[in-house]
Amino acid sequence: MSSLRLTALDALHRALGATMTDFAGWDMPLRYGSEREEHLAVRTRAGLFDLSHMGEITVTGPQAGEMLDHALVGFVSALGVLRARYTMICAENGGILDDLIVYRLREDAFLVVANASNAQLVLDELIARAKGFDAVVTDDRDTYALIAVQGPESTAILAGTTDADLPGLKYYAILPAQVAGRDVLLARTGYTGEDGFEVFCNPGDAEAIWQALTAAGEGHGLVPCGLSCRDTLRLEAGMPLYGHELSTDLTPFDAGLGRVVRFDKTTNEGAFIGRKALEKAAAEAEANPPRVLVGLVSEGKRVPRAEYTVVSADGAPIGRITSGAPSPTLGKPIAIAYVDAAHAAPGTTVAVDVRGKHEPVQVVALPFYKRAR
Amino acid sequence: MSNPQHLQYTKEHEWLTATENGVSTVGITAHAADALGDIVYVQLPEVGDDVTAGESCGELESTKSVSDLFSPVTGKIVEINQDVVDDNSLVNSAPFEGGWLFKVQVESTDELLSADEYTAFIGG
Repeated sequence: MSSLRLTALDALHRALGATMTDFAGWDMPLRYGSEREEHLAVRTRAGLFDLSHMGEITVTGPQAGEMLDHALVGFVSALGVLRARYTMICAENGGILDDLIVYRLREDAFLVVANASNAQLVLDELIARAKGFDAVVTDDRDTYALIAVQGPESTAILAGTTDADLPGLKYYAILPAQVAGRDVLLARTGYTGEDGFEVFCNPGDAEAIWQALTAAGEGHGLVPCGLSCRDTLRLEAGMPLYGHELSTDLTPFDAGLGRVVRFDKTTNEGAFIGRKALEKAAAEAEANPPRVLVGLVSEGKRVPRAEYTVVSADGAPIGRITSGAPSPTLGKPIAIAYVDAAHAAPGTTVAVDVRGKHEPVQVVALPFYKRAR
Repeated sequence: MSNPQHLQYTKEHEWLTATENGVSTVGITAHAADALGDIVYVQLPEVGDDVTAGESCGELESTKSVSDLFSPVTGKIVEINQDVVDDNSLVNSAPFEGGWLFKVQVESTDELLSADEYTAFIGG
């Protein structure tokens, strides 16, 4: 049994009294105090996260874009320099191997960010898929620590630590910048449904940057936040989590995310790994929709949780919960579930088998929460 | 938070008071409440229910998990803490006081731990 990997901020988390948890082999902060308070801080003020478990992979070379067009379902080479895109890597049979954010750092350099649980697989796949392309795949998991500031106050907080043009940094864009005097990649991305930033930095600079952000956050209500509230924040925002809403058994079309599959790519004569299977999946989704990913809201207090069965009014199984939690923003239990298309219309009342008892829930459109812009 | 000396404990992280007219008060320890995180749902037994030492008599749900509530004693429920049902956060904020869960007419108990034994058990 190998021991857990520690982030560059481990000592800080312990000094802050964090409850730690094993997440994909990393010892990560689950929460520092009340996860509900952390969640509400991100919705109303700002939260500071250590996300150093995320897996960074760099792809460079004259054919880096074409290589990623071949390896991923997105049209990566069409991405503007210093812009980012949400995409996926699929198997030849169309199954989702991981969902990714790809940042274009230069004309010939891309930063791929994979989930911690899939980072090794994505790295191995990208190396294998790069064969025949003039592109180099580099494992940069240990090159970067990743710190996120998320919430409506995040711009004001970041501004206290950097001269970077924050208003000019658009959503899903990235910029080489200095934060607390250290060279970083500063991205306007996140996984909370709020405005916010992600700071890719040298692990040796992570403590100084965390401390500078903490100091800049005084007066703005910034609090350190763990992975527990990150999960409820992304759930309210209707964002999928690999291993819950996404898996190798599902194609992007099954997950209602067919839009990420770019059949209109012009590179490599439109060929990419999984194309044939995904064309079939797209046609099937159009003709005979499989189960549909929906939101569920409960009027009760018991929480519909992952793997619980969704049942119709007459008790027949019609679906399966993928994620569920008490929603701090709505004040009610919420869940995401795959349900049969016949029961997927918003407003439909169905039920969830909560340990033998059928709790009524209402189908709603995702997301549960959308920030005012 | 230290475990009060005047209480007895179980390895399932419940505490109970010495009996007064045959009745003990039961709750979960600060260690358990802290491990669970924010409690979001408390299901308690009903007044008049018979409970058995070591068996489940309710549920505690936190953001992340559902946990059985085990009765530390065999007996009959005589009172439940409605304040905790109405405001689950009492279990987190005052586990040994306002966050008590139920009172039970005690018939028999399993082996219980002293405060020092429980503190050693949880590695404190």
